[in-house]
Amino acid sequence: MVRVDGKGNGESLIQVRDLDKKYQRGSEEIDVLQGLNLDVDKGDFVAFMGPSGSGKTTLLNLLGGLDLPSAGSITVAGDEITHMSASKLTAWRARHVGFIFQMYNLIPVLTAFGNVELPLLLTRLSKADRRRHVEAVLGVVGLSDRLDHYPRQLSGGQEQRVAIARAIVADPTFLLCDEPTGDLDRKSAEEIMDLVERLVHEHGKTVLMVTHDPRAAERAHTVLHLDKGVLVEGAGGGA
Amino acid sequence: MKFFRLVLAQLLRKKVRTTLTIGSFTVALFLYGLLVTIRGAFSGGADVAGVDRLTVINKTSLIMPLPFSYRDRILRVPGVSGVTYATWFGGVYQDEKNFFPQFGVDKDTWFDVYAEYVLPKDQREAFLRDRQACLAGKSLAKRFGFKVGDRLPLRGTIWPGAWEFNVAGIYEGNRPEVDTTGLLFRFDYLEERRQFGKGTVGWYVVRLANPDDAVKVTRTIDEGFANSPFETLTQTEKAFATAFAKQMGNIEFLVMTIGSVVFFTLLLVTGNTMAIAVRERTGELAVLKTVGFSGPGVLALILAEAVLIAGQGGLIGLGLAKLFTLGGDPTRGLLGTFYLSWGSLGLGFMLALGVGAVAGILPGVAAMRLRVADALRRV
Repeated sequence: MVRVDGKGNGESLIQVRDLDKKYQRGSEEIDVLQGLNLDVDKGDFVAFMGPSGSGKTTLLNLLGGLDLPSAGSITVAGDEITHMSASKLTAWRARHVGFIFQMYNLIPVLTAFGNVELPLLLTRLSKADRRRHVEAVLGVVGLSDRLDHYPRQLSGGQEQRVAIARAIVADPTFLLCDEPTGDLDRKSAEEIMDLVERLVHEHGKTVLMVTHDPRAAERAHTVLHLDKGVLVEGAGGGA
Repeated sequence: MKFFRLVLAQLLRKKVRTTLTIGSFTVALFLYGLLVTIRGAFSGGADVAGVDRLTVINKTSLIMPLPFSYRDRILRVPGVSGVTYATWFGGVYQDEKNFFPQFGVDKDTWFDVYAEYVLPKDQREAFLRDRQACLAGKSLAKRFGFKVGDRLPLRGTIWPGAWEFNVAGIYEGNRPEVDTTGLLFRFDYLEERRQFGKGTVGWYVVRLANPDDAVKVTRTIDEGFANSPFETLTQTEKAFATAFAKQMGNIEFLVMTIGSVVFFTLLLVTGNTMAIAVRERTGELAVLKTVGFSGPGVLALILAEAVLIAGQGGLIGLGLAKLFTLGGDPTRGLLGTFYLSWGSLGLGFMLALGVGAVAGILPGVAAMRLRVADALRRV
C-alpha cells in the first residue's frame, strides 16, 4: 500500500514525512521537493514519473541516503536515516539499499563477477561464500555464462542485468532504480522490466523506480507523479 | 587482501600510464641507489669507523708527521689498549691514473687494531716473514689482477725511487662496507729505505679499552703533547674519516640536494598522475560509495594504488641499483667502497612508499569527500 498523504499507520517499510529539499544556485534558492510525504510497504513496486527537473532523482537520492534533505524525515525499516552520520549512513546503505542506474555504472576494469562481488567485499563473507552468492544472482539475471566478461564485452541489456545483480547480491531491503530502461532498446527494456517484476513478485523485493517510460511505469503497482516538488498519485500499474 | 584485485584492476586500467609512472619511480630509486652508494664511497670510512678507535695526527696538518717516540707515550695513557701507526706512501703503479692508496703500517699491531680486515693465517705469517711483503685489498687485487706471489713495483713520489714489493696476501673486509682498495706494506721497509723523515710516522691509531673513555683519552693525549714541536690532534676515527672525506667537498650535501630534487619531482609527477586517475573515474568512485564503500575506504583504495605503483617502481629501481653496484666500482677502484647496503635499500623503499602515499593523499582526500549525488549527476 502506497500513500502520499502522510497518514500512514506507521508500519510502512519506508516513511517519508514533510520532506523538503532546496538547492542553492548562486543567490537563488530552488525548492526541489516541498513537504513531501510517502509511505511504501514491503513488497511494493512504485514508479515515479514527472518532467525533467521535477525532483525524481533527488527523491531517489534522498531515499537511498546519498543526499540529505533540507527538512523532514525518512525512516526505513525503523531507522531514521536523515540524522545519521556519514559513516553510519554508508553502512546503512550497504545493508539496505540496492541501486540500479540508467547508465549501469559498472566498473569497466572488473568482470561481471567482479562488479557483482563489490558490495560483498564489505561483508565478512568468505571468498567461497562470495563466489556462491555472486554466481547465484548472476544466475537469477540470466548471466551465468558471462561471469568473466568485462562490461565492454556485454550488450546494454546484459550490462543492466549485471547492475541489477550487483544491486541485489547483498539482499538489500529495497531497490532504487533510476531510469533503468532509459538507455536500452525496447526489447532489452522489456527484459529488464520482466526481471524487475520477478524480483518483486518472486523475491519479495520492494522497488522504487524513476522512469520517463510509460511502459516501464505500467509494470509498477503504483505510479506517482512528481510535479513542482509535490507527489501526486497517478494511475495504478499493471500488477 | 580481498580488495587487492580491485586495486590491481584499477592500475591495469591505463597500462601505459601506470608503466610510465612505475618507470619514474624506477629511475628515481635507481638514481637514489647510486647516490647513496657514491655518498657511502666518500664517507665510507666514517660509516665503518670503529667506535673504539681514535686517530692521532699532527695538529698542524695531516700531512705533517709525528715522532715515532710518541707511540710508547700514547700506549701509557690510561684507557688505551693498543696503538698502531701508518704512513702515506703515495707511490705510482705503472701510470699515475692507476691511483690507489698505499700505507706503510706496523706489521705487528695493524691487524690487532683493525679487526675488520680479514687475512688468512698463512698470508699473515708470510707478511711477517718478508720485509718487502705487501698486502693488497681484495678490490685492489681484483682491479689490477694482483695475486699472491706477484712482484709489485711502485714509483715513489714522496720518497723517490723504484720500490718493489712482494704480494704476500689479499685481505678482505669482514663486512661489504670495509674499504679494500688499498695496499698495506711494512713500515720497517719504508723506514729502512726512505731518504728523509726517518723516525716519524704519518699518524697513530689508538684502540680504546672502553669507547666511553674517548673524550678523556683524547684530552689526555693532546694535553700530553701540548707545547711540543709536534702537537697532536686526537679525534674519533669517525670524525677523522668525515673530515678527510670533506676535503673532497661536501658530498653529503650534494647527494642530499640531488636526491631531494629527484624525489620532489617524483612527487609532482605521481601526484599529477593520481589526480588525473581519480578525476577520470569520479563516477566509478561514486558507485563504490553508493554500494557502501566509506570515504576512508575509498581514500585507502587510492592510497593503495599510489603506494603499489611506488612500491613496484621502487623495488625495480633499487634492484637495478643493487645489481649495478654488485658489478663493482665503475671507476675501477677510485672509490673506497662501492656498496649499496641493505639498510640503504630499505630506506629507499620506505622513501618510495612515502612519496607514493603523499602523492596519493590529495586525490585520495578529494575522492573521500566526493558527494555521491553530485558525482552521479556528472556521469
